[in-house]
Amino acid sequence: MLKITEGSYAVAEAVKLCRPQVIAAYPITPQTHIVEALAEMVANCEIDGEYITVESEFSALSACLGASAAGSRAYSATTSQGLALMFEVCFNMAGLRLPMVMTIANRALGAPLSIWNDHQDTISLRDSGWFQLYAEDNQEATDLHFIAYKVSEDHNVLLPGMVCFDGFILSHTYEPVDMPVQEEVDGYLPPFTPYHRLDAGDPISMGMYATPEYYMEFRYQIQQAMEQAGKTLVAAGKEFSEHFGRDYGSLVEGYRLDGADTALIAMGSVCGTIKDAVDEMRDAGRKVGLLKLRAFRPFPEREIVAALNNVNTVAVLDKNISLGNSGAAGTEVKAALAGSGITVLDYVIGLGGRDVRKRDIARVVDLAEKGEGDMFYGLRTEVL
Amino acid sequence: MPLTIGCAARPGKARRNLTGSWRVFRPVFRPEECTKCGLCATVCPEGCVIETEEGTFIPDYDYCKGCGLCAEECPAKAIEMVQEEK
Repeated sequence: MLKITEGSYAVAEAVKLCRPQVIAAYPITPQTHIVEALAEMVANCEIDGEYITVESEFSALSACLGASAAGSRAYSATTSQGLALMFEVCFNMAGLRLPMVMTIANRALGAPLSIWNDHQDTISLRDSGWFQLYAEDNQEATDLHFIAYKVSEDHNVLLPGMVCFDGFILSHTYEPVDMPVQEEVDGYLPPFTPYHRLDAGDPISMGMYATPEYYMEFRYQIQQAMEQAGKTLVAAGKEFSEHFGRDYGSLVEGYRLDGADTALIAMGSVCGTIKDAVDEMRDAGRKVGLLKLRAFRPFPEREIVAALNNVNTVAVLDKNISLGNSGAAGTEVKAALAGSGITVLDYVIGLGGRDVRKRDIARVVDLAEKGEGDMFYGLRTEVL
Repeated sequence: MPLTIGCAARPGKARRNLTGSWRVFRPVFRPEECTKCGLCATVCPEGCVIETEEGTFIPDYDYCKGCGLCAEECPAKAIEMVQEEK
């Protein structure tokens, strides 16, 4: 049913439809409305599960880790500093191969303190073993939760996943969202069947000590699981389209790439702005298209290479900076396209809530076509 | 031992872990110099020094980590630490 709703409430509604059994979260801007809504749903018995109030994000994710290990479908949401506080638990959860889904309302990391949007928080956890999906709009943010649970709990994957959507830009924006009903979601997402489960009657230990003779093989298995997650995401995305009519059967999404000389690459809500900018540039006769990355982990290298077969120039927009190098997506796209002859340029853009407008996209394309890039875009030189 | 997903394990005994593989120095006991005082067995943190029928002592190399306490404490200097060949 199509309804106009705030992004955070849409996510909360989607999570409710996934029938979470344990929710543990700590409120932090701009994630607050999600967990506020979920707490209310639990209090109203709309969700048949526990809501554990905790004193920090470290405890929130630790509670989810324990819940998942005990065989419950677990959920949390956070952002920025909260995610940074979860760093250790994130790695443990992936290493323990415990499924769960966590929503991240993407926000800049301090210092200086910023509550506004960029992707630095989740990009900084790209190596943690969680698969990462980035939503362009609130419909996609909603739908990715159903897919993420299905993939996370698949016994060929068994990895936790982050659904990332832009703080404020999406989390606090009202958009029409086609919200499925419970029976439809139940028909797509079966109850959680744990692979291992903590049970006093049939005891096991999880995450046992691994000596140098074993540790590396465990890491290799996580890497294999992440590669499998890519395939399972595609399959779950296709199955989603059969159930709900919206297609997520690829880790990337091309927009007007046919005949494009220059392709933009981006993640998240800025892709909506880019699509409008591409339409205007196409109307003006410029051969420009967009490749949206829906998944950043696993990194869709093969899909990127296939989609950009015929372009000359690629401009990657990074709402993050790996300090001391460049934007994360730019670095990885360059590696993916090495030896192809395609010029790849990186633009660090929109950090800490700096607006990215259609004219900025057009200027990036101008710069890329002149071969100017690998830079911070839109710096206010008057304050430097 | 085959890997299990998430490094999960059934309850078991620590005896299965042959910690002797950690050893860099191995204690070599010379029973002919042993005064049978038993201090080596008393100080061994692993409890892996065993008394023989003759009343002298031998280490269990499956579990001896080579800490060298027995050699350090032996009043008769009847234990020598020798580097492992690996």
